[in-house]
Amino acid sequence: MTTTTAGGGVRARRPRALPLRYVVRKTVTAFGTLVFVVIVNFFLFRVLPGDPAKAFSPRGRNADPNRLAEIRRDLGLGLPWHEQFWAYVKNLASFDLGVSWGQHAPVSRLIGERLWPTVLLSGTALLLAAGIGMWLGARAGWRHGSRLDRVSSSGAVTLYSTPEWLLGLVLLIVLSDLGVIPAAGMQNPLSELPPALDIAWHMVAPVTVLAVVYIAEYSLIMRSSMLDERYADYLTTARAKGLRDDLVMRRHALPNALLPSITLFFLTLGFVVSGAIGVETVFNWPGLGRLTYDALRGPDVPLLQGLFLTFSAGVILMNLVADLLYPLLDPRVRAS
Amino acid sequence: MKTARSIAWARRRVALGAFWQGYRRDREGLFGLVVLVVFATVAIAAPLLADAEGLSLTKATGPRLAPPSLAYPFGTDEDGRSVLTEVIWGSRISLLVGLAATVISMVIGTLVGIGSGHFRGFGGGVLGRLTEWFLVIPYLPLAIVLATVFPPDVPRIIAVIIVIGVTSWSGTARLIRAQTLSIEERPYLERARALGGGHWHQMSRHILPNVMPLVLANTTLTVSIAILAETTLSFLGLGDPLRMSWGKILDNAYSGDVITSGAWWWALFPGLAVVLVVRAFNMCGRAIERVLDPRLRELA
Repeated sequence: MTTTTAGGGVRARRPRALPLRYVVRKTVTAFGTLVFVVIVNFFLFRVLPGDPAKAFSPRGRNADPNRLAEIRRDLGLGLPWHEQFWAYVKNLASFDLGVSWGQHAPVSRLIGERLWPTVLLSGTALLLAAGIGMWLGARAGWRHGSRLDRVSSSGAVTLYSTPEWLLGLVLLIVLSDLGVIPAAGMQNPLSELPPALDIAWHMVAPVTVLAVVYIAEYSLIMRSSMLDERYADYLTTARAKGLRDDLVMRRHALPNALLPSITLFFLTLGFVVSGAIGVETVFNWPGLGRLTYDALRGPDVPLLQGLFLTFSAGVILMNLVADLLYPLLDPRVRAS
Repeated sequence: MKTARSIAWARRRVALGAFWQGYRRDREGLFGLVVLVVFATVAIAAPLLADAEGLSLTKATGPRLAPPSLAYPFGTDEDGRSVLTEVIWGSRISLLVGLAATVISMVIGTLVGIGSGHFRGFGGGVLGRLTEWFLVIPYLPLAIVLATVFPPDVPRIIAVIIVIGVTSWSGTARLIRAQTLSIEERPYLERARALGGGHWHQMSRHILPNVMPLVLANTTLTVSIAILAETTLSFLGLGDPLRMSWGKILDNAYSGDVITSGAWWWALFPGLAVVLVVRAFNMCGRAIERVLDPRLRELA
């Protein structure tokens, strides 16, 4: 930790290519996780005690026999397990996720349609939150014990203890009283605004809720990695050179403290998924999260299966990106 | 007669006393503890504080959607039930599910963590991989899927407890694994191995007591995750439909008219209860970490 060069040197150093073996190993690991998800996904919905068709049927034991036959055919019940699994994997390879029971449309198309609103909403909130959260966390960690630190840490822990959708629900109740900002949906067909502006206008409330909670998360991460760097020897050197305190932080401590935060930025994308499910539900945002909530009403098993796979694949992919990015940013990892 | 075991227990008692001395001086930790004691008392004394009949739809006597008043301090819901009664009885289910799920989660996490750290070769490798997989898979979609496919003849509340317990252990396992790996290198474990101690002896007599403080510190943080998970699952309609929990009240409020009717009290009070309890568990967890980690104590 203390033997690194100061952060100012990072920019000057030419980035070296990653060793191929490292890339291959990380990719294989990510693929292995994906295979595990596929296996879990397959067996969870099939290997149930009793008759799965009856369990999933909306009317339970008094279900319509034709409907039961349809469910059995969809699940491939009756065939031996390995044949069912093989058929499932073959379909997956061609992005065939089956047909939704509730909406009678291919699951892959439904997910494709709902993907971009989720990416738009979560992405905007995430970028906003990462910027503000890391700035706030760095300040708080640098001035450990100051008033800013105490207020922001205590606020962050409180928000961290709040489910995103709960915050959204309270905001919605307040907003519907005031009626200023649109509180639900993504577009208003009657609106006179250009479509892009109308979407942005509808994003204000859900993005605020998500960003506030993510800011809390990222500021806590950044604060603790700043605390780790705070007493490092290279900072003493920088101070001894006579640098202003602010410059010591920005040029020397911040770049090094950013490294663990950037990894965590990618690794915590799993909780972004749960944030999206709750907040999209409350704000009626037509994304994957709202689709999950709607799929639960049936339950619409093929759709739920496809959604679980999509969420997991997204998070696994982001983890891989983090793994590949990290050694490029941190020479210490590259060396080992 | 002093046996090795009695010496070890005497040492643990002293360590526990020293821990309490440190914890007592931590204001944040004490505040969290007081909040938790209050909520635990409310949950245990629920029958004395509010009549359970107040939860019944048919026996509700209050006006519909009345704002907070002297008779109904937290207001009433759509069916004329007192929200205060619901929050009091809800604390039982929310805390029970949170604590029970945490027990499952800690047992799995500790066993997998110690196992993957202790055993070299195939067994340890499999456990390590399993932990990594569960760390990566987003927990809420997994919990949703598990709760959906859970056999319908199992009581719903037990299903929710198992689902949360099974999906939340991976963080603990990773922590315990790292600690186990560092303990494995210590001389006393080498001594135990040289004297012919078996795997069970090494794990239960040497590793477990050493990772226990870490397990306990992690427990409080896991409880807060478990309570949040229960609230979210109930809100999504996957909870026990017959038992009132804080998440269930919020689900009722969302499915009912809370947004258009502006009945803020219906969502605010159960919401505050969740945040307060989770926050209190987090405070205790942070305080325990501060007391156990001398590095943090110097900074404070």
